[in-house]
Amino acid sequence: MNRQQTNRLAMALITGVAILVVVPIVLVILFVLYNGIGAINWEFITAAPRNGMREGGIWPALLGTIFLTFGTAIISFPLAIGAAIYLSEYAADNRMTRMVRLAIVNLAGIPSIVYGLFGLGAFVLFLEFGTSILAGSLTLGLLTLPVVISTAEEAIASVPQQFRTVSLSLGATRWQTIRHQVLPHALPGILTGVILGLGRAAGETAPILFTVAAFYLPNLPHSIFDQTMALPYHLYVISTQVPGMPLEIQYGTALVLLLIVLSLTLVATFVRTSMRRRREW
Amino acid sequence: MSTNPSLAASDTTEESAPRPRIGEWIIENLIRLAGLSTVVIIGLIFLFLLREGGPTFLDIPLRQLFGSRWYPIEGIFGLLPLIVGSLLVTVGAVFIAVPLGLITAIYLGEIAPPWQREILKPLIEMLAGIPSIVLGFLGWVALAPLIQNAGAATGLTAFTGAVILAYMSLPTIISISEDALYAVPKEYRDGALAIGATQWQTIWRVVLPAARSGIVIAVMLGIGRAIGETMAVMLVTGNAANIPALSGGMIFEPVRTMTATIAAEMGEVAQGSLHYNTLFGIGIVLFIITFAINSLAGRIVGTRGARRTGGKL
Repeated sequence: MNRQQTNRLAMALITGVAILVVVPIVLVILFVLYNGIGAINWEFITAAPRNGMREGGIWPALLGTIFLTFGTAIISFPLAIGAAIYLSEYAADNRMTRMVRLAIVNLAGIPSIVYGLFGLGAFVLFLEFGTSILAGSLTLGLLTLPVVISTAEEAIASVPQQFRTVSLSLGATRWQTIRHQVLPHALPGILTGVILGLGRAAGETAPILFTVAAFYLPNLPHSIFDQTMALPYHLYVISTQVPGMPLEIQYGTALVLLLIVLSLTLVATFVRTSMRRRREW
Repeated sequence: MSTNPSLAASDTTEESAPRPRIGEWIIENLIRLAGLSTVVIIGLIFLFLLREGGPTFLDIPLRQLFGSRWYPIEGIFGLLPLIVGSLLVTVGAVFIAVPLGLITAIYLGEIAPPWQREILKPLIEMLAGIPSIVLGFLGWVALAPLIQNAGAATGLTAFTGAVILAYMSLPTIISISEDALYAVPKEYRDGALAIGATQWQTIWRVVLPAARSGIVIAVMLGIGRAIGETMAVMLVTGNAANIPALSGGMIFEPVRTMTATIAAEMGEVAQGSLHYNTLFGIGIVLFIITFAINSLAGRIVGTRGARRTGGKL
C-alpha cells in the first residue's frame, strides 16, 4: 500500500469514527422523543402524580426544578460575575490570582455527588436549613460557579483593550469603565455562561439527593425552607424505585427533562452566535 | 494595583469636586471578595468533608478499611470493592472514549469543512448537556437488555457503565483535544505539506506530537469526569459491592462504584453513625483523586493559558 492509499484509508477511518460518535447523539435524542412524545399532554404537564405515581402528571417535580433553577441563578449569578470581573480586570499576576484560578479548575472537577455531601454537611445540618429548596439552591449554585465564571471571564476579556483605555483617558474611574464600557459589551457572553450553568443545574440529580429532593409530596412547597420534588430525581424514582411503572410515563418524564435542558443549551448557543455576528470590532 | 496612576493625577488637577468614591470602594472590594470566595468555597468543601468523614480514617482499622468486604450492616467497611468498581468502570470508559474522542477531534479540527463543523460542534455540546440521569435511564431501559441478549449473565455490568460513561466524557475529551490541535501553528502543517507529506502523515507525524500535552490534559480531565459520575453509573452497573475475580470477563460483572455507594446508602444511614461517616470518607477519597487530577492538568494548562488568551485579543 503506498502512502496515498494509506492517506485515503486513514481519512476514511477518521470520518467513519466521527460519524460513529455523532450519530448516536442524534439517535438518543430521537429515541427519547419517539418513546416519550405519546405521554405528553396538558394533563401530564399540569397534574400531580396519582396512584403511587403510576398515573397523572409531573407538575410538582417540574415546578420544583423551576424553583431550584431560579434559586441557583440567584446564588451563582452575582458571585460568578464578581469573580469573573476580578479575574479579568483586577487580578494581578501574583500568587493570589493563581490560587483563585486553581480553585476554579478544581471546583469544576469536583464530582457532583461530593457537592451533595457538602450541601448536606454545611447547609442542611450545620446551618440547619434542613432538606430544603434553600439548601438545594445553594448547593447547585456553587456547583455551577466554575462554568459561569469561565464563560463570563472569557466574555469580559474579549472586550478590546482600547475601550478601556479610551474610557480611562476621558477621566472615568476604573469601576465606571467596567460598568459602562466593559460589562455592556460582555453581557451576551456572560448570559451564555449563566444559561449554560442553569442548564447544568436543572439536570443534576446527585447534588439534590440529600439536600432538597423528595420522593413524593402531596403538596407543593410553600417556602424556601420546604422540600420539593424535582424532575431529575423524579425520573430516577419512577424508573428504579416504583414497581409496575408504565414505561411511557418514564420516557415522557425523561423527554420533558431533556427538552428543558437542551433548550437552555440551545438558547445559550444562539445568544453566543448572534453576539459573534453582531460584534463590531 | 487599586487605583490607576493616570486617574490619581487627573483628580488633583480637576476643578470640580471628585465624585464620592465610597460606593466604588465598596464595589471594588466586593469584586475582590467574590474572586477570593472561590478559594474559600473549595476550602470549606474539604473542611466539611473532613468534619463529617474524618472519623472514618480514625475509627476504622486501616487493615479493615482497605479490606475487600463492604458490609455496612455488619459494621464492615472495606473500601476496596468500591475503589475497584470505580477503577474498572473508569478505565473501561477511558479505553472507549479516548480513541473515539481524539479521532473525532482530528476530524473536526483537520478534515471537516466549515459547514460540517458548524453542525457537529453544537451537536457535541448538546451531548454534554444531556443530564446524566437521562443517559442512565436509557442505559437501564435500552442498553442493558441489549448487553444481556448479547450473552452476559446480566445487562447491568461494569461494561454497561463504561459505555455510558465513555459517551458522557466524550464532549470533554473532544473539546479539549480540539483546542490542543487548534493551538498547533499553521506553519507546521504548511511546512509538512510543502515537503510532500500526505495529510495523514502531517497529522500523525507533525500535528499530534505538537499537540501532545493538550491531549494528555484532555485524557486526564476525561478520567476526572468519569470517576466522579454518579447517577448514570448507579443505574447501570448493577450495584454489587464485591470484587469481580481477576479475569478477562471481569468487565462483564456487576460492580458498585464509590459515587453510587454514597448516593444509594446516604438516605438510609443514621446521621453521625460510623456508616454515615464512612460515606463522607468515600467523598474525601473522591475529592482527593479529582483534586490531584485537576491540579496537575491545571498546572499544564496554566503554562499555556497565557499564550492562548494573548492570541485571542
